[in-house]
Amino acid sequence: MIQRTRSLPLGTSILSGLVILGLVPIVLRYLNGLGATTNLSDGRAWGFWISFDLYCGVALAAGGFTLAGAVYIFNLRKYHAVVRPAVLTAFLGYTLVVLALLVDLGQPWYIWHAMIYWNVHSPLFEVAICVMTYTAVLALEFSPAVFERFNWRVPLRIIRAIQIPLVITGVVLSTLHQSSLGSMLLLMPDTLHALWYSPILPILFLTSAVAVGPAMVIFESTLSNRAFGHKLDLDVLSGLARAIPYILGLYLLLKLVDLMVAGELGLLFSGYPHNLLWWAEITVGVVLPIVLFSLASVRQSRRQLFWCSVLVVIGLVLNRFNASMLALDMRPGFTYFPHWMELAISVGLVADALLVVVLAYRFLPMAYHEEVAAETG
Amino acid sequence: MAKAVLYDATKCIGCRACQVACKQWNELPAEVTTNQGTYENPPKMSAYTFTKIHFTELEHDGKFQWVFAKLQCMHCEHPACATACIVGALVKTADGPVIYDDRKCIGCRYCMVACPFGVPNFEWDKPIPWIRKCTFCADRQGGGLKPACVTTCPTGALEFGDREELIAEGRRRIAATPDKYVDHIYGEKEVGGTSWMYLSPVPFEKLGFPTLRSEPVTINTERAMGAVPPVLLGVAAAMSGFYWLFKRREKISQAEAGDEEKQGEKVK
Repeated sequence: MIQRTRSLPLGTSILSGLVILGLVPIVLRYLNGLGATTNLSDGRAWGFWISFDLYCGVALAAGGFTLAGAVYIFNLRKYHAVVRPAVLTAFLGYTLVVLALLVDLGQPWYIWHAMIYWNVHSPLFEVAICVMTYTAVLALEFSPAVFERFNWRVPLRIIRAIQIPLVITGVVLSTLHQSSLGSMLLLMPDTLHALWYSPILPILFLTSAVAVGPAMVIFESTLSNRAFGHKLDLDVLSGLARAIPYILGLYLLLKLVDLMVAGELGLLFSGYPHNLLWWAEITVGVVLPIVLFSLASVRQSRRQLFWCSVLVVIGLVLNRFNASMLALDMRPGFTYFPHWMELAISVGLVADALLVVVLAYRFLPMAYHEEVAAETG
Repeated sequence: MAKAVLYDATKCIGCRACQVACKQWNELPAEVTTNQGTYENPPKMSAYTFTKIHFTELEHDGKFQWVFAKLQCMHCEHPACATACIVGALVKTADGPVIYDDRKCIGCRYCMVACPFGVPNFEWDKPIPWIRKCTFCADRQGGGLKPACVTTCPTGALEFGDREELIAEGRRRIAATPDKYVDHIYGEKEVGGTSWMYLSPVPFEKLGFPTLRSEPVTINTERAMGAVPPVLLGVAAAMSGFYWLFKRREKISQAEAGDEEKQGEKVK
């Protein structure tokens, strides 16, 4: 009995509370419409949900395809132990995106129209098809954890047989939709600020997502270490950290060369106040992590690795908010600040995902020990 | 031939009969608004107001002038909304109108964000909302009628006809009285051309019209979407290649390790 009361810790109770708190505005939204529950308007038709749940949600779930690709395609066995948690958080991230869209869409009951009325010229169509397919791929990639738990040998054997095609499909789909989230903004050359608008936006979005993948894995596994006590080798974490400066370096180079080619480097100093947003995102999320992750002393400390990965995550969130909201002009005469119900719904959805993570760590074989033991034994 | 409208600001008297005709034909409700200190009303276009006359007060030729501009969907030749629309609910027809099919729409509002003129609007107050915008009276045009606003205009400020002919007409008017107009037909070239075009006595930026380039806003998106099939195949091929390569490398190193072990055994 005592153990059972202990096993429902404070964190789980808080998460459950947030989930319930987020359900109330969802009900109100369906009863009264978007105007009654959000501060969205004709001038700002996309708000917090699109910037946070869609743009940040998809990018922060990039750990799934980067790690699965690294381990199964590039054969970097060292990172085997982090693939399963990364795939789970990616799956939950995408589920969260879909749930958020069901709240954000004006006609969510017609979301399946995207499958039958194709507009192949729309980047959003590409995002929709990829997100849908990739969510299914992630579910399959994670399914062995469930099959192992219940010892279902036949489905386990089937999934193992198609594992490599699955991983390759996942990488292809991720490449396509991570980049096409950038393509979506290509339609707004006159309203998106020149410091962000660029014909290579799709490439920039893909590169930054690949960079944030390993950072998210460091971030998540440090937190799950503390919460659930599975301790990862420091070698694994610092190995992930070592890759980040190269990817971020490429990203920074692309950004600067792009501005230079467009002849807009001067905006970095004259484009007030937008240039401050640019400097914030680049300093916090790109330059500092490049420097810090390159230091051997940082890579030898779990605490410093964690905080540096937080910088990368913050930088990416800033970038997506800048590109999809703060640097995207509203129609004249409008203002926007998210309604508390918009925020509450997003917080509730994140709490949903975290609760599933808690349950998964408690009931499913999250580390690969079993599988590795089975393979070698 | 694609139909178009030429709006001549020097002929408009700001009577707003077009606004009323539009509401009548489209059965749109009146909106409750507050006095903004101008005759301009309602203050913004919305899901219930597809068109309105924009009033600009300015000094021109040394005296006070009221210059009007009729705002509505521009019915672009290369519409951003139609490229944006995930389900193809917005379509540019060969006759000119950009039409909307609410049986397809899922309410994602990408069209609203993408439109360079800020035209498509949303029924925010409804639990089951649709996108709403000027239809260019595609239904009336189908029956051989002119758009409701054009029919009702008492001064001939709105002229309906074939797009090429209207451009020629606009040029004629500018050439005939060059001091009456700025030498610019707004919409002839903007964003690759629009079905609604404007003549004005003052530069268009003074009327609050966005200054837009002549290349369609869809051009970069089209390029990016064109790259999708080769990227798909390329990434799939590259990943399969890498898998094969790293697997093979592992096998070779295992085989070499095996050989060394055997040699080691021999030496023993």
